Amino acid sequence: MSKGPIAVAMSGGVDSSVVAGLLRAQGENVVGMTMQLWNQRRLPEIQTDHPTGRCCSLDDVYDARGVAQLLGIPYYVLNFEDRFEQQVVKPFVSEYLAGRTPIPCTLCNNFIKFDQFLDMASGIGAERIATGHYAQIRHNAETGRWEMLRGVDHTKDQTYFLFGLTQDQLARTMFPLGGMQKVDVRALAEELKIPIAQKPDSQEICFVPNGDYAGFIDAYMKEQGLTREQASGELVTPEGEVLGEHKGAHHFTVGQRRGLGVAAGEPLYVISTDTATQRVTIGRNEDLLRDTMQVGDINWISIAEPSEPIRAEVKIRNRHNAAPATITPLTDGLVEVKFDEPQRAVTPGQAAVFYRGEVVLGGGWIG
Amino acid sequence: MQRFYFDHNATTPVSPEALEAMLPALTEVYGNASSIHHFGQAARYQLDAARKQLADVLGAASPEEIVFTSGGTESDNLGILGASRGGHVITTVIEHPAVLQAAGKLNGWSCVPVGASGVVDPEEIRKAIKPETTLISVMHANNELGTIQPIAEIARIAKDAGVAFHSDGVQALGKIPVNVAELGVSLYTVSGHKIGAPKGIGALYVRKGTKLFARQFGGRHERERRAGTENVPGAIAFARAAQWVAEHGVAEGQRLAALRDRLEQAVLARIPHAYVNAAGSPRVPNTTNIRFDGIDSDALLIALDLRGFAVSSGAACSSGAPEPSHVLMAIGLTREQSRSSIRFSLGRSNDAAQVDALVDALVESVTHLRKLSPAYV
Repeated sequence: MSKGPIAVAMSGGVDSSVVAGLLRAQGENVVGMTMQLWNQRRLPEIQTDHPTGRCCSLDDVYDARGVAQLLGIPYYVLNFEDRFEQQVVKPFVSEYLAGRTPIPCTLCNNFIKFDQFLDMASGIGAERIATGHYAQIRHNAETGRWEMLRGVDHTKDQTYFLFGLTQDQLARTMFPLGGMQKVDVRALAEELKIPIAQKPDSQEICFVPNGDYAGFIDAYMKEQGLTREQASGELVTPEGEVLGEHKGAHHFTVGQRRGLGVAAGEPLYVISTDTATQRVTIGRNEDLLRDTMQVGDINWISIAEPSEPIRAEVKIRNRHNAAPATITPLTDGLVEVKFDEPQRAVTPGQAAVFYRGEVVLGGGWIG
Repeated sequence: MQRFYFDHNATTPVSPEALEAMLPALTEVYGNASSIHHFGQAARYQLDAARKQLADVLGAASPEEIVFTSGGTESDNLGILGASRGGHVITTVIEHPAVLQAAGKLNGWSCVPVGASGVVDPEEIRKAIKPETTLISVMHANNELGTIQPIAEIARIAKDAGVAFHSDGVQALGKIPVNVAELGVSLYTVSGHKIGAPKGIGALYVRKGTKLFARQFGGRHERERRAGTENVPGAIAFARAAQWVAEHGVAEGQRLAALRDRLEQAVLARIPHAYVNAAGSPRVPNTTNIRFDGIDSDALLIALDLRGFAVSSGAACSSGAPEPSHVLMAIGLTREQSRSSIRFSLGRSNDAAQVDALVDALVESVTHLRKLSPAYV
């Protein structure tokens, strides 16, 4: 009996194109779909001639459609713009204004790619979906759980953004590239004669051109007719000494060094921001170090929710090297993470993802 | 997989008569109709014959009133931008983007609402007329709902006010009788590929005495109203397809109305929470727009396509990602209801067996999709 079609989320990039090509070559019944998430013609004031990290441009749709034609698979564009704006863009803006550093890719995975897209796949009769993420999924017969593992290519590993996937979602999802190196994916693209084999990887947040968060927020708020409260305040030391003025705490990220506008004998960094008082505290590198944090809204993947303290390696940014820590369950689904060594720039609003070697145990949000 | 086409309002296959008529103009009578020599004269002769044939079918007073264009969009643009003469223009909210986007380029533009019926009230048009109004544009039949607008009545209002009146008849020709003299319009848009001619040919009827300024410039083609080498094969095919409509349109309309009713009755009987949009209004015989509550029309469209049935949900934008229909929103549907509606448009290739197969596929797909949105099980 046929297992039915597999819906492949095709972005127009190399990775998802190779996924479609691979599955097709394996004789699967593949349906290609591109999610239209954001209208790039909105917010004309932040348009640039050569933006990096654009998603959903017409070029991407043309590329994806071209690959689908080459592979001879049915192909559709899905308009998810409403949902994306509600579930990803608006939270991105409000988190940012609240002085936290949002990661929209995780929200997009949780609410769009592995939710609305999965629903759409069900609707058209595709019980399984496949994406070009660098991560691995396996079923553990002993525990009965679906487990997630890091992508074999650690430089491309995307598990940090995938910690929200539930057991049901994992059961229906395929990551065919999880066991491959990126160079091999490109080689495979050449082999499959995918015309975009050398297309550069996407960078940054897809709907924010050139990584200019503040510019995006300003343009979006203007479009929405929202005004921001007077946003200026003081730059202070941890001891409370005023070093200067700034034009809005939301322009600063914990750990940031550049653009502080303060001259000092040694490098200074943003230690914390407080949008309520518009205070931005700056200090030396060692002021950034913390060894404990609380993490909430946890999704446990490869293990059931623990009742006792466990050991794990914890990653607090995508580029962070997972650091050994003890995770202690508190009440209300919170845990306390105590690192063996203090970590630099623990940032509220970022995700903390728990690993044991290659295995993703789960993750949550830093409080 | 066997495939069935229920999207004739989007486009139609080239009919056997139109294809046969145009073939010699592709290979034998290939001259440029503006050339002086024999080849040019032969093409000119055929173009003139096509113009006469189309003028006769449309009820125009003379062939000179027909301007051949590249299609419906160009005809709408030419009619609106070419006849507004810097004045105020009135349209309805349910017009095709080719009308709305052109009107949006003008200095003064009023967009008249339509009620839940999907039919404009002529009084609303009358009330929108200002001293500086120069042009009214109201479509004859709506592409998504199939609703027929009271063109003759609006034409009288326009005439009384001394205002030119354009009607987009792209979805009317071939579906209901079209006679520009009886309708009383000054300008009327028609498109070839909606009635069995190839893509790339259309026409604008321009009643004698209507002031029309060219919108594209070059040679002195089409009496200086539309520059560009004439598409002789297209014009021949269009005229031949229009001729077929004149001869068989009434009978075909009755046949399609029966099929459309068969489709609607079966859907309403077998699928709960399904509603025909603008059901009580006068509609062209081939079109029905049905809302399936709780269903994402994109999902239903794709599910049907994967089963071999081609239907439509709203108008596709350039990327192919459907937007909620401005027409359905205009008749009072919510954004969600608009996103739950599917257009079925029948044509010559469809028969009762195909309609029955479509209904079976709809029942299965809707049932499956409703399982995922339990509110409507």
